[in-house]
Amino acid sequence: MTETLPGAAIPNPLDEAAIAAAVDQAITAIAGASTLDELKAVRLAHTGEKSPLSLANREIGGLPKDQKAAAGKIMGSSRGRVNKALAERTAELEAENDARILVEETVDVTAAPRRRRAGARHPLSTLQDRVADIFVGMGWEIAEGPEVESEWFNFDALNFKPDHPAREMQDTFFVEPPEAHLLMRTHTSPVQVRSMLERELPIYVLCPGKVFRTDELDATHTPVFHQFEGLAIDKKLSMADLRGTLEHFARQMFGDEAQIRLRPNYFPFTEPSAELDIWHPGAKGGPRWIEWGGCGMVNPNVLRAAGIDADIYSGFAFGMGIERTLMFRNEVGDMRDMIEGDVRFSEHFGMEI
Amino acid sequence: MRIPLSWLREFAQVPAGATAEDVMAELVKVGFEEEAVHRPTDGLKGPVVVGQVLSLVKEPQTNGKTINWCQVRVVPEGQEQTLTGKGIDPSGVQGIICGAHNFVEGDKVVVTLPGAVLPGDFHISARKTYGHLSAGMIASVRELGIGEDHDGILVLSRIGLDPEIGSDAMELLGLYDQAAEINVTPDRGYAFSIRGVAREYAHATGTVFTDPASKVQAPATLSGGYGVKINDDAPVYGKPGCDRFVARTVRGVDATRPTPPWMSSRLRLAGIRSISLPVDISNYVMLELGQPLHFYDQDKLSGDIVVRRAVAGEKLTTLDGKERALDPEDLLITDASGPIGVAGVMGGASTEVSDATSTVLIEAAHFEEVSIARSRRRHKLPSEASKRFERGVDWQVANVAAQRAVDLLVELAGGTADEAGTDVGTAPDAVTIDLPAEFPAARIGLDFTEEQIVTCLEDLGAAVEKSDAGWTVSAPSWRNDLETKEDLSEEIARLVGYDKIPATLPVAPPGRGFTRVQQQRRRLVQALADAGLTEVLSYPFVSKTANDTFGVAEAGGPRTAVKLANPISEEHGYLRTSVLPGLIEVAKRNHSRGFRDLALFEAGLVFLPGDTVGTASIPPLGVKPSDEVLDALYDGVPDQPLHIAAVLTGHDSPAAAGHTPRAWDWADALDIARQAGDVLGVEIVVSQGHHQAFHPGRAAQLSLRSGDVVGYAGELHPKLLAAHDMPARSVALEFNADALFEAAADVIVARHISTFPVATQDVALVVPQDVPADDVLAALREGAGELLEDVALFDVYAGKGIEEGKKSLAFGLRFRAADRTLTADEASAARENAVAMAASRFGAVQR
Repeated sequence: MTETLPGAAIPNPLDEAAIAAAVDQAITAIAGASTLDELKAVRLAHTGEKSPLSLANREIGGLPKDQKAAAGKIMGSSRGRVNKALAERTAELEAENDARILVEETVDVTAAPRRRRAGARHPLSTLQDRVADIFVGMGWEIAEGPEVESEWFNFDALNFKPDHPAREMQDTFFVEPPEAHLLMRTHTSPVQVRSMLERELPIYVLCPGKVFRTDELDATHTPVFHQFEGLAIDKKLSMADLRGTLEHFARQMFGDEAQIRLRPNYFPFTEPSAELDIWHPGAKGGPRWIEWGGCGMVNPNVLRAAGIDADIYSGFAFGMGIERTLMFRNEVGDMRDMIEGDVRFSEHFGMEI
Repeated sequence: MRIPLSWLREFAQVPAGATAEDVMAELVKVGFEEEAVHRPTDGLKGPVVVGQVLSLVKEPQTNGKTINWCQVRVVPEGQEQTLTGKGIDPSGVQGIICGAHNFVEGDKVVVTLPGAVLPGDFHISARKTYGHLSAGMIASVRELGIGEDHDGILVLSRIGLDPEIGSDAMELLGLYDQAAEINVTPDRGYAFSIRGVAREYAHATGTVFTDPASKVQAPATLSGGYGVKINDDAPVYGKPGCDRFVARTVRGVDATRPTPPWMSSRLRLAGIRSISLPVDISNYVMLELGQPLHFYDQDKLSGDIVVRRAVAGEKLTTLDGKERALDPEDLLITDASGPIGVAGVMGGASTEVSDATSTVLIEAAHFEEVSIARSRRRHKLPSEASKRFERGVDWQVANVAAQRAVDLLVELAGGTADEAGTDVGTAPDAVTIDLPAEFPAARIGLDFTEEQIVTCLEDLGAAVEKSDAGWTVSAPSWRNDLETKEDLSEEIARLVGYDKIPATLPVAPPGRGFTRVQQQRRRLVQALADAGLTEVLSYPFVSKTANDTFGVAEAGGPRTAVKLANPISEEHGYLRTSVLPGLIEVAKRNHSRGFRDLALFEAGLVFLPGDTVGTASIPPLGVKPSDEVLDALYDGVPDQPLHIAAVLTGHDSPAAAGHTPRAWDWADALDIARQAGDVLGVEIVVSQGHHQAFHPGRAAQLSLRSGDVVGYAGELHPKLLAAHDMPARSVALEFNADALFEAAADVIVARHISTFPVATQDVALVVPQDVPADDVLAALREGAGELLEDVALFDVYAGKGIEEGKKSLAFGLRFRAADRTLTADEASAARENAVAMAASRFGAVQR
């Protein structure tokens, strides 16, 4: 790197042609610089203190007075041209440099690691929330109760006669000692009884929760499962109101195409009683009716157990299994998948169902 | 209940081509769920014909066995074989190898010809064996799928048959019949009979029903028969255990006669094994009319029959050969010798009918439901009889059923009936129900016509009389489930069809939405999932050891837990007092499936029994209990707070290119607990904790500001981890979520936000090793006064430059005033005050 052009004579500032040649030489060199470093060298050579143009400029001081202005004009415009060319080239090279750095910084976005683990809700609990949301949207409230319950709330208050075979249909976990009359609730219906005892009339409540039966775990049974039961007590409620409510709910849950069917059945706590089927157009293996739950008009004995005047008030109730709903809605083939806690099951659903 | 179609056809009009599926599709409309189809022809295909053994040559084999080389005529002599096919001999005589030896030349047998298929997908073809071409098989009952007996082939004369050669043996044995199996709900005892189901089939289809009871010519009264006394001195719920006992005698019975195939075929399709002619007759009548019968060998009875309760210490050997200790509540059939049967459940061995029996005493009694149910449960003796009695049997049909059995014993077993008979007891009061005219429409939401209502009820068998307000309805004697106007409404709706009920949507009054706790719970659970934890659900059944380990902080502390009387496994016989045992099981299961980096949580109830467990008695149904009784019921139910627990093992995230996962450690457990507090706006106070399930030096006790302990968090005890085969350094936490919900503020009061400049100062304090950082921080906060906006611990150091047994804690303090810019002196003075407080409390020295 040299600061002067070796052997170059100092041009006469009044010699326009010589000055122009020096300027051209400088501009050519500036244009030829391909990096900011090269450009720095060019700048020093052509605009540095010992560059021909700087030296020529210094000569102006020694010129006669009448020639100074002309020389100054020549030199000023010439140096201006060089400086402009320098500034332009600097900007160009800086832009190129910036762009190159960004290109060099390119990463493979497809190789990005997941730094935070994604959590997940259990789909049974997500589904339970969704059902609750639908009913709260209809103005109903959510009622809850204990899982270990007094036998009275689970059976007697619900019109299960002592010693009647209907009690044995619900394979019950009893608590020691048996004389204490405690059990694990076999359905969420005891919450209905508690609601009737504790709430003001009319009552529109949904009771979701865990229930227990002494079934061994297999592909379609589990001793612990989840239900949601609805209860409406009001003046002049009829079975048509039950059907309307279930139809509305089914459509919220499965879309406007959903249809329901009621079949006669027996439950001690309802009279009439019905089995509820839902039409599942997307069922695996073709559209069909699927058994979804039970329902009926609340037996007056149940109202009486809660001190409600059965001549003035009537009501309906229904109950469905959450596991069962998840099984046919989301095509869960094996009950054990919902029970065992394998993280793949929950994580597949994430926060949704 | 299984319904053979041929039997149903006797009493209801079933279309000729109807299948069991068709019948079930009708019955489901009136409330009987479909269970299964039983159809022998699904597994058995002809040709299966009657053959006669013309000749039988015994051929000893080298293996020691002797086989029979038989010539069997399968077409009547002089007729042509009309069947064709490979292996069918045009001569009408088949050569067949048979290994059985229970038949002789001239016997008529069942021949499965080549082309036939037997149950188990066994195809019959002509094949070479033992040096002959065996073209078919002589069948045993087991091979035909109609019995267990495989000791020999079926010789038709032994079941009383002498059919024409070549006739269709499947027809002969009733194998073209089929049965529909339906589920009968426990209120409908009457439907455990062909009589009941035929009536329902008629309801469903609108066809004509003929009552089988009406086909029996029973005498209106009976007298002079075997002596029977009903003497129930301890009725259950005040209802006599036996209110009718009909006894009939048939003499000269040949109990060894074969049961005719039409009867054994129907019994088999109905799921009942053929035993002997008398037993089969008693079962047949029970299935047809719904009345369980018991037959005694009358010659083995001594003295009058007395129906009474057992006396303590009495014993009875039942028909199944087991000796049973009787309970004073058991209703018994006795004679002079003592107990001869548990009424309605099972008879005794000593008076059983046998092949030698000649005089049969028929019992057709009516027993009370609860008494029978209790004896059945007590002795674990579910029987066809008890199933019907528990649900209720028609009081009126006893005499009819006894006569039907008499008729069959006379017809099939060659007996002669005594004119005299016994019929003691008192008819129960008829049930009459007032049905207001408008009630069914109001209950169902469908406007029934008067005609519909009356027709439906009369079809059921009820007597309907017009009254001022509507109707007075007398329930049929077989419908003990009809007691109220609601019951009648269901019957009307059922017969008109549930599909006719319209849909109307009732509008609930304005609701209050989710309760505060419901919202808090959902937010908390969602927040934990959002923080990267995976929600799982485990069973609440745990071992005593698990409860003792996780349920209380101190080893050996009294952990009362709820014990199940009938757990699925004795090992897991208790209800959880902590969610962690279940969660650890889930973690182990995931480990065994190859998932090592886990962050699991569960929200679930735990069960904490108090001093009062349950109630000694429970109030009756249909009446609201008094407030005192209700309070006792509420109080007897154990506390069941919602607990939330989490277990973290391995790393916080999956390893990946350019990312090094961090191993979970004890601080993560605390952090999650604090996050839970943050979500609810509840401060979780952390202190050094002691819990036997946790590392003694790395456990935190979680409390509320009030001082109430709400949970624990930290590293699980290394020994516990090793015992559970869990990775070292796994961490966990558990807290009582209900306690947090309760501690959350109702209203949060806003704080003034000062916009004056901040003054920050750091301070390093040397304190003894065992002084908790949080306590020092609290002292600083207290000492600094209200100018202190925030204080945070940013470094902990022990080692070079610090005295042995001490540590240096570095805190950043942030000061700000609400109303002015602080001067450096003001901030420094506040800092000095803070340090002074820490110094006086813990001997802290500024570094």
